Amino acid sequence: MTDNKENDKKYLSLFIKSRSLSVLLTSITPLILVSVIILYQFYSSYSEKVNDHLETLVVKHKHIIDSFLEEKLGNIRFLAENFSLEELSDDSFLRNQLTLLQQDYDSVFVDLGVINSKGIQVAYAGPFKLGEANYSEYEWYKKAIVNQYFISDVFLGLRGLPHFIVAVKETQNDDQWIIRATIDFMAFNDLVENIRIGETGFAFILNKKGEFQTSPLYNPDPMQSPYYDFLKSESLSDTPMMEKTGSFWGGNIYVSTFLKQGEWLLVYQQKASDAFSDLLGALKITFVIILLGSLATLIMAFIRFKNMTINVEKAEIEKQMMNEQIIETGKLASVGELAAGIAHEINNPVAIMVEEAGWIEDLLDDSDTSSLENMDEFRRALNQIRTQGHRCKEITQKLLSFARRTDSRIQEVQLNELIEEIVAISAQRAKFSNVSLNVDLKDLPPVKVSMTEIQQVILNLVNNSLDAMEKKGGTLNISSKVVNGEIVIEVTDNGLGIPKANLSRIFDPFFTTKRVGKGTGLGLSICYGIIKNLGGEITVKSAVDMGTSFYVKIPYKKDKGKNSEEKAILDN
Amino acid sequence: MGTPFVMLVDDEVAFVETMVKRLSKRNLNIISAYNGTEALVALEKNQNIDVVLLDVKMPGMDGIETLGEIKKEHPLIEVIMLTAHATVESAIEGMKKGAYDYLMKPCDIDQLITKVEEAADKKQKHEEKIREARVREALSEHGLG
Repeated sequence: MTDNKENDKKYLSLFIKSRSLSVLLTSITPLILVSVIILYQFYSSYSEKVNDHLETLVVKHKHIIDSFLEEKLGNIRFLAENFSLEELSDDSFLRNQLTLLQQDYDSVFVDLGVINSKGIQVAYAGPFKLGEANYSEYEWYKKAIVNQYFISDVFLGLRGLPHFIVAVKETQNDDQWIIRATIDFMAFNDLVENIRIGETGFAFILNKKGEFQTSPLYNPDPMQSPYYDFLKSESLSDTPMMEKTGSFWGGNIYVSTFLKQGEWLLVYQQKASDAFSDLLGALKITFVIILLGSLATLIMAFIRFKNMTINVEKAEIEKQMMNEQIIETGKLASVGELAAGIAHEINNPVAIMVEEAGWIEDLLDDSDTSSLENMDEFRRALNQIRTQGHRCKEITQKLLSFARRTDSRIQEVQLNELIEEIVAISAQRAKFSNVSLNVDLKDLPPVKVSMTEIQQVILNLVNNSLDAMEKKGGTLNISSKVVNGEIVIEVTDNGLGIPKANLSRIFDPFFTTKRVGKGTGLGLSICYGIIKNLGGEITVKSAVDMGTSFYVKIPYKKDKGKNSEEKAILDN
Repeated sequence: MGTPFVMLVDDEVAFVETMVKRLSKRNLNIISAYNGTEALVALEKNQNIDVVLLDVKMPGMDGIETLGEIKKEHPLIEVIMLTAHATVESAIEGMKKGAYDYLMKPCDIDQLITKVEEAADKKQKHEEKIREARVREALSEHGLG
């Protein structure tokens, strides 16, 4: 029994878990599916947008930087073409020009210098005292002397500060000279450093050798992929190169393009998680929604199934109670079967005993009994045997009616008539017991029952009540009425009452408080069996010294004819 | 009215023996049988039996069946059913098949004798009526009615 219960509990908790999970799966799966699809769509369009944006950014800055360089070159070319070497060789003139340039372009131009074909600086204007410096061994000089124009990489040079040089070569009287300007590294650097997007996006410029031309936000190794690949590609296409490394969220996005006629490489890089932060945000929100949704679903499902199992358990308990009732009824029924058997088995031997005793009596009648001393005792004993034999018969008869083998033909009975009959029968006895009988009968529909059975029930209740008032007298109220489709017959006395301890047992067979030989203890259990058999109910309320009320409830079915009449009316 | 001739049919030997003794003592002419078949044989032998006291529940041929046979062969013989198992159903069944009355064991000997006498009386009246009818018939046949 307890094993079963434990198994049931295990089964129920397993049931809750599996049902909750299946509900979760069925409700969450579409949510996840839809989210994934939408996110994927969003991701593809968004990443396209991000890529476009980055490409545009890089191209724009390529143009800005290129035009910056060209503009500076143009300025210097203007000087070279419009002024003679003699004019430019004059330090003060040169200083004037520098001042003009600085006025126009802030402090982009740091200094100006004029260098002759031997690489000796012949004139200089600027903050450094470079005087007649010899540049002949410098890389930029070597390149500038063979080209018309030249823009150098960033280098430290004589001054020990990062800078680069814009040089224009001019030929005058077969003599080559160079005018050069130093571009302030910081001003140039700002151009590139200003390319900032998000928190991790930054740009820098590399030269062909992979040397930094601007200062990057942090120090990537230019010899590593993808910088190296970019450098190697030497693509002069307007469309920037794009590369993604590492995992989606942990990696970087690189966008790169060559500028300055392929000499410099502009690299923009940003962490993917930063570039796609909006997407990441959307993903986070989706994830939170799914998580909360599934949590809510799980909780709801759990609560619902918990409730359901509670209901199931309740139903189980009710079923068990009902089973117990059925067993109780079954017990009574089997007691009835037993009673029928006992009645038969006992009456035959009892009959023989009684007849044998009768035979002895007969013989005694014939004999000369004057010599027998205890003749009276013999007679008394034989008489007693007969009396007790008849008592046995009475008991078995009651047992038989308990088995309901009596007239149980179902017929239409007017219960009120039956009650009146019983009251008439009991009136005499009531009078002797000083009991006044009150009858209050309301109109009742006829019921289809066994007349003798109902008679037995009511008679039994009335007799019990009269017994309870035998000594002191009292009032016996018998009433009948219809309540909620049931006929209720109430038999109330103000007699001794039933002690609480006995209340639960009064319907048990063979339970009696009457003296031995007075009651069989079957009356009420017969009543109980009869009323239960009719689908009714018999209940009792009692208080010691206050009295007892028995309620007999009998359900009645509406007349079929009436029903069809009602139906006909409804149909019309 | 003479002494009624009674046959007691019951499978309980002790009961039958004592009853025979007691009823004989009360001036009843009584024979006994211990089952239905025996009873039918005895009835063939003793055509002048007035009343049969018949136990309802017997092994083999039971009381109701025996009653049917008796009534078929000897419609005038009155049968009183005896039972240790008095149920209204079997009583009705018995009455339908023509039993005179019904008694539950153990029964009062005087009550039993009264019933037997009544039954015998009824039978004799029946026989008398039949006899009278026959006489009248015979008389009318001979043109004396």
